[in-house]
Amino acid sequence: MQTVLPNFFFYLLAAVILISAVLTITRRNAVHSAIWLVVTLLGVAGLYLHLQAEFLAAVQVLVYIGGITVLFLFVIMLVNLDEAARQRQFNRQWAIAMGCAGVLLLELVYFISRGEQAFYFAEPAGGTLQPNTQLIAYALYRDYLLPFELASLLLLVAMIGAVVMAKKDLS
Amino acid sequence: MPPVPTAHYVFLSAALFTIGIIGVLTRRNVVIILISIELILNAVNINLVAFSYQLQSVNGQAFAIFVIVDAAAEAAVGLGIIIALFRNKETVNADEIDLMKW
Repeated sequence: MQTVLPNFFFYLLAAVILISAVLTITRRNAVHSAIWLVVTLLGVAGLYLHLQAEFLAAVQVLVYIGGITVLFLFVIMLVNLDEAARQRQFNRQWAIAMGCAGVLLLELVYFISRGEQAFYFAEPAGGTLQPNTQLIAYALYRDYLLPFELASLLLLVAMIGAVVMAKKDLS
Repeated sequence: MPPVPTAHYVFLSAALFTIGIIGVLTRRNVVIILISIELILNAVNINLVAFSYQLQSVNGQAFAIFVIVDAAAEAAVGLGIIIALFRNKETVNADEIDLMKW
């Protein structure tokens, strides 16, 4: 009885994520696409809460929705997309795209046909996910210190690169 | 009723990944191609966090943070390229941008 409500929320969020993702890639107006992307990202943030990843849910809302999507919206307004909205929206690569979707479908059918034991994953090793933020801090600053510093370097390089490329004249 | 099996998260992630792939392959607008790449990276993150929950280990969530960092860097550079491209070519259609030099 206790798990009925979390299960319901998982399937609700999954439906929201998939429907808004499909709307994201099919809208003609790029602003509408960005708005549907926000709905998708909110659904994923809800999924993180569902999986006891509270810190990641907050980061998802702050960085993805507050940062990246706003960046997208700014660029959409800077770049004149009215012309592009009136043109043909899709190119002729449906065969490859449907091939990719077909591979996923085959995979699904294969695993469902193998039944219950195909979904057996490794058992937890007795760790814990709570307190979430503290454990992520331990992971980032102790176990993954070098990747963490490299990530900050990557962000610096990306920032400089974006500024250099978006600048009007490089004199 | 059992809790949500990890396999369902994996299938959701695969479906979201496929939607992103279809968006990248079929759309002409470069901005929407970048948005589709964000969908793909989110699919990866769902997988990482789902297995982090399955194994009760926080390492998957640390990796998800690195994926978010990469997504931010990729979006910044990609949108810079789009602005530079639009200034030079006056188009955002991926199939019209076919020159190495102009």
